[in-house]
Amino acid sequence: MAKLIRFIPLVLFIALGIVLYRGLFLNPQAMPSALIGQAMPSFNLTQLANDKIDLSEKDLKGQVVLLNVWGTWCVYCKYEHPYLVDIAKSGRVALYGLNYKDDRQDAQQWLTDYEDPYQFSIFDPLGKLGIELGVTAAPETFVIDGQGIIRMKYVGPIDGKVWQERFLPVIELIEKENGIARVK
Amino acid sequence: MLNKFSTALLSIVLSFSALAFTSDTYTFDDEVTEKRYKSLVKDLRCPKCQNQNLADSNSAIATDLRREVYELLAQGKADIEIVDFMVKRYGEFVLYRPKVSTTTYVLWFGPAFLLLIGVIAVVVIVRRKPIKKAQAGLSEQQKQQLDNILKDK
Repeated sequence: MAKLIRFIPLVLFIALGIVLYRGLFLNPQAMPSALIGQAMPSFNLTQLANDKIDLSEKDLKGQVVLLNVWGTWCVYCKYEHPYLVDIAKSGRVALYGLNYKDDRQDAQQWLTDYEDPYQFSIFDPLGKLGIELGVTAAPETFVIDGQGIIRMKYVGPIDGKVWQERFLPVIELIEKENGIARVK
Repeated sequence: MLNKFSTALLSIVLSFSALAFTSDTYTFDDEVTEKRYKSLVKDLRCPKCQNQNLADSNSAIATDLRREVYELLAQGKADIEIVDFMVKRYGEFVLYRPKVSTTTYVLWFGPAFLLLIGVIAVVVIVRRKPIKKAQAGLSEQQKQQLDNILKDK
């Protein structure tokens, strides 16, 4: 027994080493969203393309809604843009944009210059809806189900790998809940 | 020479104006609100930056959140309501002083627990082997041997 006690410091040291070693590979930027499982917050903003059209959370229609936070000032938004175009064309999800802290003219020009993948974009120059959604920067993408519940938030640009690994499992889950059988 | 001097002066003046540009200032009706504002932006963490509070950060999101804190104060919201507002949207991450909950027990009580273990260990070690004087001393025979050795020298 007394001999075993001698090994306690060694065991503690190894345990601490394992904990700290694992800590090296954690992403300190990763932050759990406080909004998962919550309803989409209500808002009242105008459409980017037309300042006469008022929008609210009820206008985000679809069985699976993707709300993509973007801005012309955001470099990575340009990187993910072609992927968003593909996603929109697949028709599997309803893709909406949240134009975040931007200039209306610039944003409209951006969508003309490239391609507009969104059903429409919400214009949020002051980042008010951004704060409601806990947005810290762009791009961020929310997955919202048919009941208006936020199911997932992804911080960072979407590409093929991210789409496969992070988005598709959630989307498939929502589709299953809705009883949509997809033919592969 | 004069040209160099004026360039240096100009660059100094410009650097100050750049500093003034990045920090926003709000005016308050009374001192108490101003103090509450300052303490709130000091205790709330900027969600985008790893280790800066709202007061210190110049990032866009920190600027927005400072404005939000100011507006909520203007609406007459209590401090706790403003903190809850932030936690509801950005999670516990924004608190520099995390709430005591099951997930933060280790954080709050861990150091005290480790100190307690240390104290117990010290007490146990000190009390386990009391060194008896009789054992430490020499027997009569050993004393005589010692005397003999010393005499030989």
